[in-house]
Amino acid sequence: MISTHLPVLQVAIPLLAAPACVVFRQATVTWLLALSVSCISLLISISLLWQAFTTGEIRYELGGWAAPWGIEYKVDVVNAFVLVIVSGMSSVVLVYARESLQHELGIRRIHLVYTGWLLCLTGLLGITVTGDAFNVFVFLEISSLSSYLLIGLGPDRRALTAAFQYLVMGTIGATFILIGIGLLYMMTGTLNMTDLSQRIPAVSHTTTIHAAFAFLALGIALKAAVFPLHYWLPNAYTYAPSAVTAFMAASATKVSIYLLLRFFFDIFSESFSLRTMRLNEILLITGVIAIFSMSLVAIYQQDIKRMLAYSSVAQVGYMVIGIGLASATGIMAAILHLFNHALMKGALFMALGCIFYRLKSLELNDLAGIGRTMPWTTAAFVVGGLSLIGVPLTVGFVSKWYLILATLERGWWWLAVLIVASSLLAVVYIWRVVEVAYFKPAQDTEVNEAPMSMLIPTWALIAANVYFGVNAQQTIRFAGRAAAELLGLP
Amino acid sequence: MHTALVLTLVIPLVGAALIASAHNQPNLRESVTLVTSVLLFMVVLYVLGQGGSSAEVLLATPFPGLDLSLSTEPLGLLFATVASGLWIITSIYSIGYMRGNNEQNQTRFYVFFAVSIAAALGIALSANVFTLFVFYEVLTLSTYPLVTHKGTEEARRGGRVYLGILLSTSIGFFLVAIVWTWNAAGHLDFTDGGILKGHIEPAFLPLLLALYLFGIGKAALMPFHRWLPAAMVAPTPVSALLHAVAVVKAGVFSVLKITVYVFGIEFLYETGANRWMMWVAATTVILASLVALTKDNLKARLAYSTVSQLSYIVLGAMLVNSVAVVGAGMHIATHALGKITLFFCAGAIYVATHKTEISDMDGLGRTMPITYTAMLIGCLSVIGLPPTGGMWSKWYLALGALNADQWLMLAVLMLSTLLNVAYLLPIPIRGFLYGDKSTNAAGKTINEAPIPSLLALSFTAAGCIVAFFYAQPLYHLMAGIFEH
Repeated sequence: MISTHLPVLQVAIPLLAAPACVVFRQATVTWLLALSVSCISLLISISLLWQAFTTGEIRYELGGWAAPWGIEYKVDVVNAFVLVIVSGMSSVVLVYARESLQHELGIRRIHLVYTGWLLCLTGLLGITVTGDAFNVFVFLEISSLSSYLLIGLGPDRRALTAAFQYLVMGTIGATFILIGIGLLYMMTGTLNMTDLSQRIPAVSHTTTIHAAFAFLALGIALKAAVFPLHYWLPNAYTYAPSAVTAFMAASATKVSIYLLLRFFFDIFSESFSLRTMRLNEILLITGVIAIFSMSLVAIYQQDIKRMLAYSSVAQVGYMVIGIGLASATGIMAAILHLFNHALMKGALFMALGCIFYRLKSLELNDLAGIGRTMPWTTAAFVVGGLSLIGVPLTVGFVSKWYLILATLERGWWWLAVLIVASSLLAVVYIWRVVEVAYFKPAQDTEVNEAPMSMLIPTWALIAANVYFGVNAQQTIRFAGRAAAELLGLP
Repeated sequence: MHTALVLTLVIPLVGAALIASAHNQPNLRESVTLVTSVLLFMVVLYVLGQGGSSAEVLLATPFPGLDLSLSTEPLGLLFATVASGLWIITSIYSIGYMRGNNEQNQTRFYVFFAVSIAAALGIALSANVFTLFVFYEVLTLSTYPLVTHKGTEEARRGGRVYLGILLSTSIGFFLVAIVWTWNAAGHLDFTDGGILKGHIEPAFLPLLLALYLFGIGKAALMPFHRWLPAAMVAPTPVSALLHAVAVVKAGVFSVLKITVYVFGIEFLYETGANRWMMWVAATTVILASLVALTKDNLKARLAYSTVSQLSYIVLGAMLVNSVAVVGAGMHIATHALGKITLFFCAGAIYVATHKTEISDMDGLGRTMPITYTAMLIGCLSVIGLPPTGGMWSKWYLALGALNADQWLMLAVLMLSTLLNVAYLLPIPIRGFLYGDKSTNAAGKTINEAPIPSLLALSFTAAGCIVAFFYAQPLYHLMAGIFEH
């Protein structure tokens, strides 16, 4: 009985739990509440993914109102896979967050973080699960507003300007998306995604639809930090609390990439997006520039959290290139990289949180000698870094393999070479940290290893990096099916 | 048989774990290293004894259609035997060297040494290109802490070059070549006669071959050879085993294996795709020898000698006929024996006298007679003179060049032999004949390296001579490649 309501429970439970956090206020209680809600969402996501994979698309009418009058939730393999990523990363990072957040922010207003976190989770899950274009905007605003709060709570006062910057850019993005959706509604008279996809072809030659397309593309690209619209991301990631950065890096941009896929391959048909509007060319070019320029910028950062933030923009570039290849393998590579990048960046940012917990700094020079004083944390960073580089037996390798395969299928030699060449830049920026951590003498030998409650979740993600690198069968199967569904292949 | 194959990976890895856990008791730790290496060698010998029966073990299937699996074939067995056999000797040598030099972080050293050996065996016994690539990368990463062992600025810089070149070639070229092969042929299994025939435009073949050969940076083809001299900042036992045997031989072994089992030498011969790379290898042979002539640092000279000798093997592969391939395979073993002896000697000299420059070593032969005798034998073997095993591999390589009607290649081989004489023989000559005779007359005491080190280098020097008289088994093993 309850199983038929799973799609809406996914959103409703965290939405109801968020105000409850404000009521309880007590740090441990709110943490437990957030964690258990997040875990419930994870379980629901997994069961939805399994249902969608075995029995096909799930449709749920909100409040019993049939579409297109009511809001419809639509779960297929594509968004169920993203749901698992978001709720899974939220759960793992929440385990870690308690110690980390209390240490960085103090205990007084900690319940606000969990409130914001649950609202952000609600928004991200809602964007993913809904089958209604306007509903996307509503959830986008929920997740954005709560993430401004989360970033602004950061321990450094610069977090406030970072949050403000993100607020301005994010609002522009959301407004563009709203305008795009409005124009679509004007031309088709519906907000339901399935209906939109059926009615757009008839009017797709009109300037209005073209304008809608452009607004949506820019708005979503802004939220996904697609180069060159990434301006807000480095500051936001750098100054947010460590746990928030880990959560956001592993989920927020991923959901935006999902939106990109949903809008341009499903709602607008791929032939319209790619042939008429030639979105793939834009994506390929910006993607290639991103993977080089952002990796180069990352190399010159002194703050390693900022370094990883730039690396994230570069990694979004790989996903965008996969989408720009516009083939089943390319999109599959992009979806695979959604998952794989969430694992690696989540793990890396968590390792940085562990370092910050002890050293109170993430300046490269202050990391001297942590290879000895914090061996487990540093080892986690190294393995995560290897995964980012794309060394075999890690998830990074799986992504890279399929991305190269997709370029070779198209016969685009130069692109394959560019992709591998750019991944060598990752070697440079990861190895700068490794050298300082292991070869420079420690300044403060009294530093201890991070607490277990932070180390264990970090290592759990590292283990996932290796596990899904050695046994990628399942993720490949889901990603492959998701790509096929988006392209309308059998 | 299946268990034995898995054990070749498990034994060194378990050994590494035990070594790590015994970090407070040096004696126990070294015993574990020795026992592990002996056990591993016995297992490899057992697998070698089973020779004919080829078994395949599936370790994991990361992606659909892409297996991580092990199997045996003559080339791999040869490399596995050489690497695991010389590990025992190097372990004995390391004990003398590391203790004699009071090196720090000895546990880390032995742990990563064991992991590297596991990776080398994984490469040797890999059943497909993917498995080979995985262990290839593991070998690169697990040897990095060994190269940078000293932790000095110089070691760090060397490590940066080492990792930079090996990773960038392997990811930049090797990986692309593998995905290309997979895309074209549909699988990556090493198969007799190759897998590419009929699946790829012959016009693209030279490009793919170049991607493989340059991508396998461990084979040190110029211009991607810089990592090898850079890696010489490592302690000598590392240079000895890894940069005379495991790492560099893993490179040329991969080249041979891919030439024979992915391209297939007949396919290469028909299409003539090998020509370009043959010249690259020949150029590397000559140029590296010339550079070696200019080096006064003993280890640097040996390093460039290695670069040159590795290209013999690549050249053998690129001559694409069975005799040359047999010669190249034999050269893996004979050069390993000769070069490891030379590195052992370099280390022994360093431990006893802390000298690194050849010009400072005049007359040392009189105070270190055992080391210098071994050095002489090692030099002869690397040059390819009787009575050492090095002669046979050079013989077959030359024969292969004749078979392929490549007179110029024969000339290259002969010229480089002369160059070998010019840069190697002065070392023992200066040791024995130069220097102030009067110090000897005054009865200067013999000052040799610690006993374990001497034992090791005498043993490998003896091996060079034994290989001259008993080259048959080696030849038959290699000839097995073409029996199908």
